[in-house]
Amino acid sequence: MAILANEIDIDLVDRIIDRSGSDPEALIGILQDIQTEWHYLPLPALSHIADRLGIPYNRVWAVVTFYEAFTLEPLGKYHIQICTGTACHVRGVAEIVRALEDELMIETGHTTPDGEFSLECAHCLGACSMGPVIAVGDEFFGHLTRSKALEIIEELRKRSGVDLK
Amino acid sequence: MIKAIVGMSTCGISAGAQQVYDKLDELHKNNPESFELCRTGCISMCYREPLVEVRNNGDRIIYGDVTPELADEIFAKHIVGGTVLDEHVACSILPDGTFVGAEKAFHGPQKRIVLRNCGTIDPESLEEYEASGGYVALRKALLEMNSGEIIQEVKNSGLRGRGGAGFPTGLKWSFAAGYKSDIKYIVCNADEGDPGAFMDRSVLEGDPHSVLEGMIIAGKAIGSSFGYIYCRAEYPMAIRRLNIAIDDAREKGYLGKNILGSSFDFDVKIKQGAGAFVCGEETALFQSIEGHRGMPRIRPPFPAEKGLWQKPTNNNNVETYANVPWIIVNGAAAYSAYGTEKSRGTKVFALAGKVLHGGLAEVPMGTTINDLVFKVGGGIKNGKKFKAVQMGGPSGGCIPSELGNTPVDFESIPATGAIMGSGGMVVMDETTCMVEIARFFLNFTQDESCGKCTFCRVGTLRMLEILTRITHGEGEPEDLDKLLELGKHIKDASLCGLGQTAPNPVLTTIRYYRDEYLAHIIDKKCPAGSCSALVDFFINPDKCTGCTICAKNCPVDAIAGEAKKVHVINNEICAKCGKCVTVCNFDAVYKK
Repeated sequence: MAILANEIDIDLVDRIIDRSGSDPEALIGILQDIQTEWHYLPLPALSHIADRLGIPYNRVWAVVTFYEAFTLEPLGKYHIQICTGTACHVRGVAEIVRALEDELMIETGHTTPDGEFSLECAHCLGACSMGPVIAVGDEFFGHLTRSKALEIIEELRKRSGVDLK
Repeated sequence: MIKAIVGMSTCGISAGAQQVYDKLDELHKNNPESFELCRTGCISMCYREPLVEVRNNGDRIIYGDVTPELADEIFAKHIVGGTVLDEHVACSILPDGTFVGAEKAFHGPQKRIVLRNCGTIDPESLEEYEASGGYVALRKALLEMNSGEIIQEVKNSGLRGRGGAGFPTGLKWSFAAGYKSDIKYIVCNADEGDPGAFMDRSVLEGDPHSVLEGMIIAGKAIGSSFGYIYCRAEYPMAIRRLNIAIDDAREKGYLGKNILGSSFDFDVKIKQGAGAFVCGEETALFQSIEGHRGMPRIRPPFPAEKGLWQKPTNNNNVETYANVPWIIVNGAAAYSAYGTEKSRGTKVFALAGKVLHGGLAEVPMGTTINDLVFKVGGGIKNGKKFKAVQMGGPSGGCIPSELGNTPVDFESIPATGAIMGSGGMVVMDETTCMVEIARFFLNFTQDESCGKCTFCRVGTLRMLEILTRITHGEGEPEDLDKLLELGKHIKDASLCGLGQTAPNPVLTTIRYYRDEYLAHIIDKKCPAGSCSALVDFFINPDKCTGCTICAKNCPVDAIAGEAKKVHVINNEICAKCGKCVTVCNFDAVYKK
């Protein structure tokens, strides 16, 4: 994964760091902001963060690989999180997972080749009484059935071009 | 003026509350004189979301299952016309606080202390929080009480930590107060990671100031002037509303220097989690706040002595802090009047799963499981039989329906092998396979183990492999003993709560559902009809329309039938993938 430093806007990385302060305590928050901006964590940004915070690169790497939320591969424009918490599980979320995998023709944990959708199972989104639940970005959808889930994909495809953030 | 108040929590929005709000907003723009449009947090009857309250002075009428079309009708007939749409009313709240109407039973056994403002006030309005008695406790604590008196009041109330462990809160505060240090920290654990739990999210979304107020009071009690709220990133609305609350509280002087003219300073910062369940463990949480991997460390030293950045730290859960202002205002005696001898006060439960009325319920400690499932929860969906409740998430266990008369408190629940936990209560019916549920939880804990302790890292993986084999019909007679032995060692040899409790879902299900395990292992059958590998698939001829969709989607061509005629599955060929169940639009495919 050789991405050249000039492929990302290092000034933007600097602005994000300046906003949070260059204290090592801010590391996780900075990584979250970087990921919000690029939808993944570009490697050149990581080494730059290490330099700016004055911490070894391996500490940045340790944090990036520990937390589930961080990804080194680009996520889709619509990042779909399927809740697989207990309540959604007993209400049959497995069928929703299957339906979405079939519809998008990817397995969970992956992104469609056109970069539109990524599919991920989340451990619990905390909207248990509405299960099965999915979140697309910050948007939540509850009481899902197979057909309702497919309608949401259809709706997102129509909406494509409008950023959810 | 008449108010239309929309329940705008994550639950409400996932059910379509935003569209209802937009509709009312449009009506409001065209008729600004006729009503005021407001929002509130979780109204707790999640099963009737979206919910809209029409409030006219003392009259409070809550409509359930509101669609944009119904919102139109509510506007025309109720708000403008003055006629209540009785058939859509979920319940009404009388001026004395009692509930009447269709959903009365849901509210019957409840007592709202933590949820006192949730679903009643606008969580984004400091003025509304103040109008309902907010920051009165802070004024009292800062201007009329000293640190010792605050701690004594909390001790007397009998409040115990609501995150699950149930450690006496006042005692915990006294430890942190006892250590001398230039800096001390208050931490609020809002990393509600247990699947099946959403109490803390609802409090943060519905009444964020109550948590802030509790933290500031705790700060005064232990001598800390800075607090952190560690909130999981999966709760974007909670974080947004907390930020608004913090800004407003700073502006109004509830946070900052010389609060309310006293000599006490306090401020708060939010830290977002990044998707690691283990960060709910306090020493891991501190590591994460400091910007490291969230890995637990050995205790002692306990956080009261050396916590965040090695400084004395008091860490409590969201619900614990939200109780504090009520206790300071109403007194310890009023609080301890609720609950049982050793578990005082109330507890918020998140009811979900196969229960008819899923939602948030705050009941006095000591309420029985049956009362929660049948009175509050309205029983089981689709007329099925109540089988078990899962309490305490991945650290907890499954309590069978036979023990339904167990009171929920810090003594009785652990006696069943489960734990109180933070309040998630997932109800299961006869179609839930207990072996599969145990596998589900082990899959979770195995995935979330931080990897520090060998028994947790490797032991949970071995348990998961055994459970997976059993659910696939490849179990062996000695598997149960292996699971019990592994479970014991993982509990004994893990450093933190995650590993020490990870085997609980397996141990409780073996304890209460040994027959179900044996049916999988010996008879190669899943009595609940849930484990695909151990069941056969059939098509109900009464429901099948002959649409051919199942046959077209079957990856092994196991389904035969002509168009518009009933289809049949050949179980000799069937690969048990379940795809036919998923694709059938007529609910005609079933497992047995």
